[in-house]
Amino acid sequence: MRKIHDIHGGIHPPERKALSRPGELQTPPMPGRLVLPLSQHIGKPAQPVVAVGDQVLGGQLIAEAEGPVSVPVHAPTSGTITAVDRFAIPHASGLEDCCVEIAPDGTDRWVELNGIDDYRAFEPSELVSLARNAGIAGMGGAGFPTAVKLMAREGRSIDTVIINGTECEPYITADDTIMQCQPREIVLGAQMLAYIVGAEHIVIGVEDNKPTAFAAMRDAASGIDNRIEVVSFPTKYPSGGEKQLIEILTGKQVPSGGLPSDIGILCNNPGTAVAIYEAIANGRPLTRRIVTLTGEALQNPGNFEAMLGTPISHLLDAAGYRAEQNNRLIHGGPMMGFALHSADIPIIKTTNCILAPTEQELPTPAPAQPCIRCGMCAEACPAELLPQQLYWFARAKDNDSLEQHNLFDCIECGACSWVCPSQIPLVQYYRAGKAAINEARQEKVRSDRSRARFEARQERVEREAAEREAKRAQRKAAAQRKAEGSDGEDPVKAAIARAKARKQAEESTE
Amino acid sequence: MGLLTVTSPHAHGPQSVTRVMRAVLLATLPGVAVMTYFFGPGTLLNIIAGGLVALALEGLVMRLRQRQAGPYLRDYSVLVTSTLLCIALPAYTPWWIVAVGVASSVLLGKHVFGGLGYNPFNPAMVGYVVLLISFPVQMSAWPAPRGLAEVPSLGDSFVAFFQANQYDGITMATPLDLLRQNQGELMSELTSSRAQFGALAGVGWEWINIAFLAGGLWLLYQRIFTWHAPVAMLAALTLSALLGYDGGSSTSGGPVMVHLLSGATIFGAFFIITDPVSSAVSNRGRLIFGAAIGVLVYLIRAFGNYPDALAFAVLIMNFAAPFIDHYTQPRVYGQGDKR
Repeated sequence: MRKIHDIHGGIHPPERKALSRPGELQTPPMPGRLVLPLSQHIGKPAQPVVAVGDQVLGGQLIAEAEGPVSVPVHAPTSGTITAVDRFAIPHASGLEDCCVEIAPDGTDRWVELNGIDDYRAFEPSELVSLARNAGIAGMGGAGFPTAVKLMAREGRSIDTVIINGTECEPYITADDTIMQCQPREIVLGAQMLAYIVGAEHIVIGVEDNKPTAFAAMRDAASGIDNRIEVVSFPTKYPSGGEKQLIEILTGKQVPSGGLPSDIGILCNNPGTAVAIYEAIANGRPLTRRIVTLTGEALQNPGNFEAMLGTPISHLLDAAGYRAEQNNRLIHGGPMMGFALHSADIPIIKTTNCILAPTEQELPTPAPAQPCIRCGMCAEACPAELLPQQLYWFARAKDNDSLEQHNLFDCIECGACSWVCPSQIPLVQYYRAGKAAINEARQEKVRSDRSRARFEARQERVEREAAEREAKRAQRKAAAQRKAEGSDGEDPVKAAIARAKARKQAEESTE
Repeated sequence: MGLLTVTSPHAHGPQSVTRVMRAVLLATLPGVAVMTYFFGPGTLLNIIAGGLVALALEGLVMRLRQRQAGPYLRDYSVLVTSTLLCIALPAYTPWWIVAVGVASSVLLGKHVFGGLGYNPFNPAMVGYVVLLISFPVQMSAWPAPRGLAEVPSLGDSFVAFFQANQYDGITMATPLDLLRQNQGELMSELTSSRAQFGALAGVGWEWINIAFLAGGLWLLYQRIFTWHAPVAMLAALTLSALLGYDGGSSTSGGPVMVHLLSGATIFGAFFIITDPVSSAVSNRGRLIFGAAIGVLVYLIRAFGNYPDALAFAVLIMNFAAPFIDHYTQPRVYGQGDKR
């Protein structure tokens, strides 16, 4: 039995998970259009390989990875490319970015898919490229290219693969649902992940508020390989943070600024494990995912298996959206999700939840009151930071103190804001602080670079001037040498001398 | 459809400044009730009058500072300040003492620094010390507790409040006064010859302290503050008293129980030093902050000029709080053992 470790802080917000009926999976009707952003992951955007008017099949590559930290994009169904243009993407700022738009033809014809029967006959590196070509990015929320995490790196060995079935955010039940509906695929995917990175242990962690998912995972695991540990642990937000879960399950802490691989751990979302399984066993690229649509402004909240690129408005309609009751649309959960500017935005590989609450459910935040330094934020912080000190430093724009107080170890979970009696939007101060520091760093890099460039130019100008000077001196010296070269005599004087000599000779002969 | 675009987290817990302050006010009730039982309605009258003065001043200052007064009056914070100060005042003080004290607390203790959340010193203790230094006679006139004299009536307390020169109440040295003034006597002589000493500490005072303990424990249970500062203060005071108590010679520092259950000890431990604004912020910092107050309280009681010492000890440590914070940054996740 694995020992469960406690993490510092944490909160117990109302879970509201039953609202979206975890475990029941619905399929929305075929959307009229799909908009696939070329950047659904962390890293370089993919490069489109299709043009407007092209006919594509489901599973066909429509944008290829650009460089090592990038992820390709595939068509979720058959249809016609109607645009390669900028559309609004899921982003807190309402950003527009390059997307491929497809008009589905409704026949859902697919390219031929070729899976592998025995993955153990292949080299891990070959399997990594299968994962890369399938367009898999972490489906828990961050969207880091999975293939990059799987690539062998020198001096690091992974001994444990953790499947993060925590899903600690309130409301969201997408992982709960996939664990109930596809436990076998998760376990097989986890085995593949372990094979690729050479890990000995597989641990599947599930919070104890999901007993059905836990039982499903335990049964699936024991049927396949009884060395796989399925672990249940107490519900607390944010236990599902990667660093927090690692501490809960292993007692180890990821070093500040480091990665789980630094302590021999690979952590993946259950959805990612299924995507790996599909990519390797069936040759199927990642083109759909489970999205929780929930909130009291929906008549029919639930989990939908949606094609990537499906407009959120289309899914909202399928879930019985009552726009007049909705005060904000949240991409993700109530703790870490961001508010969308409109529903005319597609879902992407990292969209685990669309939350449509009523004003009563998630009220408009009250104006912030002064900080009374009560320290409830420090009690709640899972990273053991001093949130109120960070708040004061952020307000004072004291970047040095912010870094000294480890601002960059903040995971932006929002626990501090949640408990704050003064309702201060603390996380927003930290985001702004981080952005300011990053900008100052980039500014420093830029100014260092331009200083170096200026100094180099200065040096070159001086060197060139010196060279010109040297050349001139050289030329002068050469000319002089040439002049003095004829025995060191002046030609004029020589000519005069010769003339004199001739005259004298003439006079003497007369 | 007018979607709200605010940043995460979108959910908020039930806690608010108003709830915190209201809890603190409620938690003073048992202590105030027992004080009223032993000393009569004087303290209650002070609390009510002081609260009205405090609300008026807060509203006035907020208007001067061109802020909306409503939200600041509704958060109860100024009532907490005035109530804590009035609990610390002798039960039958004239109205102007209450007014000067509350004004010092609210104006000098709080608003000159920028209002709620910005005060480096505990505002109630600022007001208390201003009064103690300015009006030592009135500030040391504690009435005799029930059992040793008749408890004043409501009418008496109005007289004492509005016409102090007409009021003729019975005052009596508190147990801490006796310890301070009679250092020539053996402890056993002192405690047996004076009626003010009770079963545990002083008559009345022991129950008042126990009642404040009940309120404080309730606040702890409500997670209004953490245990660190109160426990550290009481432990440090206990330890100091144990070290200083040599069995009861004439130079002895007084029994542990007398120190723990006399004067402002328990009230201070749970209601004064737990003021978050002016104390250290980390739990380790609060341990140090509380322990230092415990030691200072003992030192001033045993060797200083004042019979009780909480206000001075708290103000001294308020000075030190930023310094403590600087050296007690907690270890952050993933930072190894580096501190």
